[in-house]
Amino acid sequence: MTDNHDHESEHPGVQPDSELSRRARRAIAMRELLVQKGVVAAEEVREQIERTRARTPAHGSRVVARAWVDPDFKARLLADARAAVYELGYTLTHDAELAVVENTDEVHHVIVCTLCSCYPTSLLGPPPDWYKSFAYRKRAVVEPRAVMREFGLDLGDHVQVRVIDSAADLRYLVLPRRPVGSDGMSEGELAALVTRDSMIGVTSALEPSQTRVAASGTR
Amino acid sequence: MGVTLSAAPGLFEPGDTVVIRSDSVPHHHRTPWFIKGKTGVVRAVSGPFHNPESRAHGGTGAPKRLLYQVEFRQTDVWGGVRAENRADVLLVDVYEQWLEREDSQ
Amino acid sequence: MPAIHDMGGMPSDQPIDQSSHEWADWEHMTNALVGALRHRGMMNVDELRRGIEAMRPDEYHSATYYERWSASLETLLVEKGILTTEEIDARAAEVGERWA
Repeated sequence: MTDNHDHESEHPGVQPDSELSRRARRAIAMRELLVQKGVVAAEEVREQIERTRARTPAHGSRVVARAWVDPDFKARLLADARAAVYELGYTLTHDAELAVVENTDEVHHVIVCTLCSCYPTSLLGPPPDWYKSFAYRKRAVVEPRAVMREFGLDLGDHVQVRVIDSAADLRYLVLPRRPVGSDGMSEGELAALVTRDSMIGVTSALEPSQTRVAASGTR
Repeated sequence: MGVTLSAAPGLFEPGDTVVIRSDSVPHHHRTPWFIKGKTGVVRAVSGPFHNPESRAHGGTGAPKRLLYQVEFRQTDVWGGVRAENRADVLLVDVYEQWLEREDSQ
Repeated sequence: MPAIHDMGGMPSDQPIDQSSHEWADWEHMTNALVGALRHRGMMNVDELRRGIEAMRPDEYHSATYYERWSASLETLLVEKGILTTEEIDARAAEVGERWA
């Protein structure tokens, strides 16, 4: 075999070799054997890695920003998410369907997958570690308000919380409430307010002042 | 609800009160324990999907089964003590084979 | 008793750890390998989940996310007759030596 090390050399230095766990070694062994036997090509695996890297929450942010500025698009997005995101050039992966749910002043959706880690990867990329954690999977369905407070969102009693347990091949994206004070902002500026966590529903979208603080803070 | 409605006729429609089967089955399935035996209301018919209970065990997933979005009151699922707010709800995607009419219980 | 993975609403006083880790190379690779096999129709996500759910409870709880994928992938590849446990054992030992 000539390609035993090719993957590792592409992305150097992430994990010291000595820290490879038993299951990690077996995963590497399976890949080598499958490539050696011609079951999969090394190139196919590399392509999948690139495909995953290409998916980021920026895609979801762009969808949300468009929905904020274009009521007709928003209506189409809520009615048939697959067709609407395709208008923006996004094709959903695999055979998972997509549904978009809208947060308002009265209703707040938050998404969890208690059974595993179902997530709208087509538009958000791979889920964050906390989404896959046992603590989130256990707690989000029974004490969503306490969980959201940990993320900094304290919802009043007048807001109904609707927890969605994404148990099947239908993935959910939250359309967060458009922040106060964002009138007149461009679609691109609005997209910068739409965080990954706001599209899962554990937070609201950023307010315009929060992004200016963040921008100046990085200089 | 932003869910594509199915053209195929199903046993249930939005607004129907349903009870989730409480069967304990050994094979792979996607019905969480905490809604088994609980009563909810169908909010949307989310369309036909490959049946995961077949696909997980070497089957093709055919015939496709209808998936419903079912709404439960948090107080009905966890009891009044654990629920944070009496108005809050839980929405779970449940396959048709797990639903029964309320009056068939 | 609900199955091992069916944990919604189970008691937990753990705060949500919002930190994230950079994926190790083997995690990228494992995610991609499963993706490639799915793309080829050699396995599906329902099988992947079933293989994870069949893990011993102690291992399910102690394994990291992609360690669970590795365990399930191995179960499925052996079950489908694509690889044997013995050849995975042997190659995994070589992998260990190569990086020791």
